[in-house]
Amino acid sequence: MSVDMRTYLGHVELANPITTAAGCAASGSELAQFFDLGRIGALTTRSITMAPRAGRPTPRMAETPSGLLNAVGLQGPGVDAFLERELPWLAQRGVRTVVSVGGGTVAEYTALARRLTDAPGVTAVEVNLSCPNIEDRGRVFARDGAASAEVIASVRSVMRYDVPVVAKLSPDVVDIVSVARACVDGGADALSMINSPIGMSIDTEAMRPSLAAVTGGLSGPAIRPLAVRCVWQVHAALPSVPIIGMGGVLTGRDAFELILAGACVVAVGTALFHDPYACLRVLRELEELLAARGFHRLADAVGLAHRPPGTATRHRIDLEETAL
Amino acid sequence: MLTTRRVDAYHALTVVAPGIAERFRPGHFVSVAVGGAQTSMLTRRSFSVHDVKPDYGGTVEFVFTVGGPGTAWLAERRARDTLDLVGPLGRPFPLPRDPVTCVLVGAEYGSAPLFTVADALQQRGCRVDFVLGAASSDRVFGALRARRMGETTTLTTEDGSLGMRGRVTDVLPGVIADVRADAVYACGPMETLRGVTAVAVEFDIPVQVAVEERMACGIGVCMTCVLPVIGDDGVTRMVRSCVEGPVFRGERVRFDDVGTIPFDALGAPGGGTRNVG
Repeated sequence: MSVDMRTYLGHVELANPITTAAGCAASGSELAQFFDLGRIGALTTRSITMAPRAGRPTPRMAETPSGLLNAVGLQGPGVDAFLERELPWLAQRGVRTVVSVGGGTVAEYTALARRLTDAPGVTAVEVNLSCPNIEDRGRVFARDGAASAEVIASVRSVMRYDVPVVAKLSPDVVDIVSVARACVDGGADALSMINSPIGMSIDTEAMRPSLAAVTGGLSGPAIRPLAVRCVWQVHAALPSVPIIGMGGVLTGRDAFELILAGACVVAVGTALFHDPYACLRVLRELEELLAARGFHRLADAVGLAHRPPGTATRHRIDLEETAL
Repeated sequence: MLTTRRVDAYHALTVVAPGIAERFRPGHFVSVAVGGAQTSMLTRRSFSVHDVKPDYGGTVEFVFTVGGPGTAWLAERRARDTLDLVGPLGRPFPLPRDPVTCVLVGAEYGSAPLFTVADALQQRGCRVDFVLGAASSDRVFGALRARRMGETTTLTTEDGSLGMRGRVTDVLPGVIADVRADAVYACGPMETLRGVTAVAVEFDIPVQVAVEERMACGIGVCMTCVLPVIGDDGVTRMVRSCVEGPVFRGERVRFDDVGTIPFDALGAPGGGTRNVG
């Protein structure tokens, strides 16, 4: 029995809930040699910036138990090259594309959104709020609900009405629910969480930090409980807001965990470094898992773990069938 | 997986992988997942391919040294175990059209990928000479095979236990002059490649180097294995050694700036990155 895997990001329908996490699929063409990108719900690009960025010096990566510390520094070609080469390449192949954008000022985010407004092939825009705010002594936007809301409101105001704006939240905050609420009030159509929390590792041989940038984002299964907690809290507070859940998803079971917590889309990130076929494997495993639990629709499982204890799992009755 | 053997200080694994063997070109590498199904080690380990044989539909052999828990796990694998292998990856060595004389330089187990290069060169009628070196005699990889294949083979060890005392770059100018080399192929640690490139530039002959930069994915998505390389347009870019490399023209790699972002690299901080309108 097949499960209806369709899901909605705002009003945009995706064929299934699996996407790549921002910054984990490079330009997309690298993964295309392993699987057909059209078979995943959407592809999320790396965070696009106005100008080309060379990123951080090496070493940029350190392996930690069940995790990965990275400090790539948003290396990318800049919006011009992105619009000229990478986005058309994805659009030609009919790949649903969530474009992640990163900036140092509200004006830079807005300018990026303006460039993307007329570009064909943008399914949604994900605003990477974990960028240092140049106008606020380098404090990242995501730390501050007001700053995040300002960016979101500005991007929302220039973006085409039919392109959802997604706010990507960082777990490195005192109260993720208040930042989430601020973003939704600012006009975010959906939320995506979690960006990688900041970690650090020291090379005990060299007795120096392992990363050239000293600190880096921690990803992988090590942060999955943190992701589940964030998705849970935000879904509990804002049950009608679609959530893209990510953080250490390696298997269909992990994706299912985030869906039960309240995510309706699940992004696969670090798993792609380990297994280039991870997206389709997670999708297949998730579908099998849902079928084994007797679900007809993915939508029925979203946020299901929030039901009161002792309540039976509730399946919506297919009215068309019962009417006969 | 077929066989595992110790070669002096190194381990060599042979894996039945017909798909990789079929598409292999000298200079390609493979990446291996380590730790089994429930591994806590998320990054793949990348190794250059030492040898490809047609047995069992196609086998691939790679050489490594135990440097951490990942390679230690790999060293414990036995025949009939299965390995998660992705390949062939990277850009292979370009080969000359004419039958020229090539010096192949390998330091430590960096010499492993040179033998398939030598084979391909000799099929094109090229003359091949080897210069292999390491810290000590047990760390010089493939000396016997080099002696069989190469017109001449020069060995160096830093402790003098085999061949000449010193480094490969100490003897390389002499070898290039003696054999009247037309091109150099090199593989090994970054420091060696920098020295080899300097020598080749001095003799004004082309040099192709295969870099050993640490990689997490090997397929171009993680962006961690970058190094500054000068493009055809003269612009320095931070390029990925896994997909734009691992083979580069030596003189294009800015060895002195590896581990940094050169100020004139495309998109370097301060280089007008904030040109927001």
